[in-house]
Amino acid sequence: MSLLTLYNNLNTFLYLAALLFGMGVYGLMTHRTLIGMLISSELILAAASINFMAFNRFTAPDPATGQVFTLFIMAIAAAEAAIGLSIVIAVYRNYKSVDTEDLVDLKG
Amino acid sequence: MNPSMVITEAPGLFTADGLTGLIFLVMMAVTLTGGIIACCAERLIRAIAGLIVCFIGVAALYYFLNSPFVAMMQMLIYVGAICITIAFAIMLAAPEESRKKGPAGPLSGPLGFISAGLVTFGLIAMAMRTTFTSYPKINNGTVEEIGIAFLTSHSMVFELISIVLLIAIIGALVIAHTGRSK
Repeated sequence: MSLLTLYNNLNTFLYLAALLFGMGVYGLMTHRTLIGMLISSELILAAASINFMAFNRFTAPDPATGQVFTLFIMAIAAAEAAIGLSIVIAVYRNYKSVDTEDLVDLKG
Repeated sequence: MNPSMVITEAPGLFTADGLTGLIFLVMMAVTLTGGIIACCAERLIRAIAGLIVCFIGVAALYYFLNSPFVAMMQMLIYVGAICITIAFAIMLAAPEESRKKGPAGPLSGPLGFISAGLVTFGLIAMAMRTTFTSYPKINNGTVEEIGIAFLTSHSMVFELISIVLLIAIIGALVIAHTGRSK
């Protein structure tokens, strides 16, 4: 297995998706702001999409199914970004901040 | 890139297959670099720039996975729409001067790194130990096949996703509108 034939290997894509997923989890836990957490969740969704596409290319009998799944994930991500950002704007109007530590109104 | 084509011997660097592999390595590096910038950058505008770089790399990976249509959709929807929307939200709602420094909590940096590392290690170990059986393809996965799959076997989900998008648009308008009168 040469370094130049890595793109014909399922495991390459699985490792790459695992690394992207880990980056997303790390960013989700360390980012201070709501927008930063949203960016990290997009990384997690991208990792899931890469997994779907890799299995679609290398194992699945019908190569259209994984692409359909990925397109659905894109539509859900677009809806999630729209809702999430409108929530961020609404939170910013009320608190003048999107920092997660400032949003403590329910904390007793 | 025919799905049935399997390269067994190592190609030379300056053959067509070798250059394809080189471009793949470059795109993998672009994806990982963009991801690292997106998750570690202090400033949000740098994080979103890293996310754009990462998504361009992911689109190239989709191209390597025999799906130029999904690669194009990735560029259109993720890079062209979602990242730009997030950039607008950063400009609207994240003033850099009021930003506090440092991680989100005293333990979130090391604990986040440990948990993300555990998740990554688990996924990689699982991928290493499993042998996946491959089945013969029943079609080529072209745009025509995707369209047929959308409107026959996945037509219910296709309709539901349009309803979800409609509700998301209305909900975003309502949520963004309610605070405006204050």
